[in-house]
Amino acid sequence: MFELGFDERKCSACQTGDCLTRCQYMDIDKDTAKAEMRKIINGEDSFVLHDCVTCYACEEYCKMGNHPFYLIVERQEELNIPPLPKPLIKRGVQMGIPFRGEPTIEEVKEPTLSLGVFPQLGYLTQGKLFEDVSFISTDPRKMFHFFCQLMYLHYARTSVIKERLPGIIETIAKHNAKEVIFLHDECYGTFASYAPAVGIEVPFKPVHLFEYLYNRLKELKDDIKPLNLKVAYQRPCSSRLSSDKYHFVDDIFNLIGVDSEREYVGENALCCAGTIVGQRKEGRRQLAADVQRRNIEDMINAGAEVCVFNCPACFDTLAELVAQRGMRPIYMSDLCRLAIGEKPAGWR
Amino acid sequence: MDSIYKSLAEIVGEGYVSNQPEELFIYSYDLGTTEPHRPDYAVAPRTTEEVQEIVKLANKEKIPIAPLGGGLSLAGLAVPLRGGIALDLKRMDSIIEVNERARYVVVECGVSQGQLSSYLEKHHPNLRHSEPGAPPQATIAGNIAIHGQGDLAQPYGFNSDMVNGLEVVLPTGEVCKFGSCSISPNWFTLHPLPDLGLFLGWSGTTGIITKLSLKLYPSKKIKGVEQFVVEDEELVPEIVYKITHTEMADDIVAFSQAIPPMTSGLHHINILMTADSEKELEFKTGLFWDDILREYIRNGDGGFLNLSSAMKAGLTRRPQVSKASDWKKGGGFEYVGAIMPVETYPECYRRGVEISLRHDIPYTVLGRIIGRSHAMMFSWTYAFNRADPESIRQAREALHESDDLALELGGTIWKPGIYGQKLVMERMDPNTLKLMKKVKELLDPNGIMNPGNWEVS
Repeated sequence: MFELGFDERKCSACQTGDCLTRCQYMDIDKDTAKAEMRKIINGEDSFVLHDCVTCYACEEYCKMGNHPFYLIVERQEELNIPPLPKPLIKRGVQMGIPFRGEPTIEEVKEPTLSLGVFPQLGYLTQGKLFEDVSFISTDPRKMFHFFCQLMYLHYARTSVIKERLPGIIETIAKHNAKEVIFLHDECYGTFASYAPAVGIEVPFKPVHLFEYLYNRLKELKDDIKPLNLKVAYQRPCSSRLSSDKYHFVDDIFNLIGVDSEREYVGENALCCAGTIVGQRKEGRRQLAADVQRRNIEDMINAGAEVCVFNCPACFDTLAELVAQRGMRPIYMSDLCRLAIGEKPAGWR
Repeated sequence: MDSIYKSLAEIVGEGYVSNQPEELFIYSYDLGTTEPHRPDYAVAPRTTEEVQEIVKLANKEKIPIAPLGGGLSLAGLAVPLRGGIALDLKRMDSIIEVNERARYVVVECGVSQGQLSSYLEKHHPNLRHSEPGAPPQATIAGNIAIHGQGDLAQPYGFNSDMVNGLEVVLPTGEVCKFGSCSISPNWFTLHPLPDLGLFLGWSGTTGIITKLSLKLYPSKKIKGVEQFVVEDEELVPEIVYKITHTEMADDIVAFSQAIPPMTSGLHHINILMTADSEKELEFKTGLFWDDILREYIRNGDGGFLNLSSAMKAGLTRRPQVSKASDWKKGGGFEYVGAIMPVETYPECYRRGVEISLRHDIPYTVLGRIIGRSHAMMFSWTYAFNRADPESIRQAREALHESDDLALELGGTIWKPGIYGQKLVMERMDPNTLKLMKKVKELLDPNGIMNPGNWEVS
């Protein structure tokens, strides 16, 4: 079985305890952080395992290159401290089981983009930005064959990820693409961060969607007309697994002429709270509502006219709420299409 | 020319009667597993008077009449088992009156669920009726005639409990009215006159409902839904009991199904609510999350799904469409609906899974709460391939086993087909059965009304 490569020495050498002291959902000082991490490393119970909202952010806060979040989730599973009620975990785990036949493997040309478990979002990959792209996972009936499984970090089920991920990788690899762009941060994080962290080999190079979009926009530079919009970017939890690619958000915004200054941005971003709301711990519904309220107030205070998403789960959770407050929800790829003079469906 | 055909044409006009095989074929089938039986004539009257004339003709000629609204019972209730006249009532589709303040509607028997819903939405947005989870062409009269239930079953009971008055053509051709409409022009109540409830639940064997008054209820502006999931089926009755105690839900439905895999072995309890403001909806939602079901969440035994706006819109859409019809491909499904004590949910579920496994059909079960946990309509649904006789046979066997199970567990069968009717009558109190026979003989001396159904030997 695949083992998490967590380096205990790095943790011992850490002087800051940033992984926990910077947590936006727990109030932890440096000494407590170090003590609790020690317990977690030793396989002992810790309040952190009970209180974690599974926002992934500690993966980014750790500057030692370790994997505190992956470790927390492994311990939650080992010690049977599931963040969600058991039936929701069972439901989620069963959700990823393919049940409508085997996928068709077709020859692809590069660049290749995987829609992962969201073929229904294929409409986000239209127009000039994607005109030469080949696609993987375009059939909703077969989408679970391309499901990266990383969602199960929210469920404290790394065992499920480790069990299923090699098969998913094999299916994608059968397309023989050397590089695969992933529509969703979560897929990119799976292949660029999680798989290497637990020793699963990935025979293709994952490419972050924003990196692709940025490079493609540069190719289409003459078509860009600055949008002159104030936007708020809703950073998804899985983006914490690819913090080295986060600069592409700002790079794209600079290229297309939008302003995205606000408090809850970058490392300080707030979770959409979609996963918090159903958790077992008392008061999580209220916490989720409070996080969403603060997040949206911050967008409004920053004068945002548009809320930009990349994650479908964030979109499902927040799009209607931001729309109710007068902002227009839009996916990043559609925002980029606007900048080159294309009109995404539904945009007014 | 066939003299009966000619007489029917004189009553309803040439365009509304047929004895042509291609049209009779349509009326010979039900959407379920019942064997087809072809009528000799299909007739579509427009008025109560035309219905009367047809009934009189049928008595004179001693030919059976099988009345139908949408023809969607699935249990073969509108299949003309002994041939004769298929009496298609869909042309009688006038919405006669809506009384906004007394909250009722008077309709002709062919008015459909979809027609009434859209009419109320357009002209009386403050009112709604209890809409069953049937296709929109299902009729109001057909539904109350089989004691249907709808999306207001939890607060107000069976749709047939919402009847304020009836106009019926008796099997001998006379027209009778029941309720306040029998003594005044007002259709606002069925009570407190002497009880002559002889027409609901009889599968069209005691008369033809031509008009009815139905209670309407407040239609609030906002729809809300929450979905609570548990793995242990034993928890469902107590959770339902707690939810009904709040008196805050419009509709409560618990279901479990093998497909898609995420629902297999789990029980989803849908709680539908309505409200006039976000504040009201939040109050109701908070009550379920933070108070009534809090312990289950904390213990990890149950949890609410974080439903997206799109999912909520799907779950509150009227009517709900069953995808179970295509689990075996070929688009067929039929269910046994039984009226059961809510406490039997766990056993209904377990035994239903066993029956499905035995017949190689992915299991689909559902319980809709009727009243404040007074009962539930529990359905065992079986998909089949219409093009495959073996698949139909398997589904039919599974349905019969489910009929047996419903009675074994102390329930009653809702809208039973012929097999289920026999089972019910075998167990029925002998004196009640004798009374049924007397009533039928008294009302229908020539035995022309939907023969084959509720035949007491």
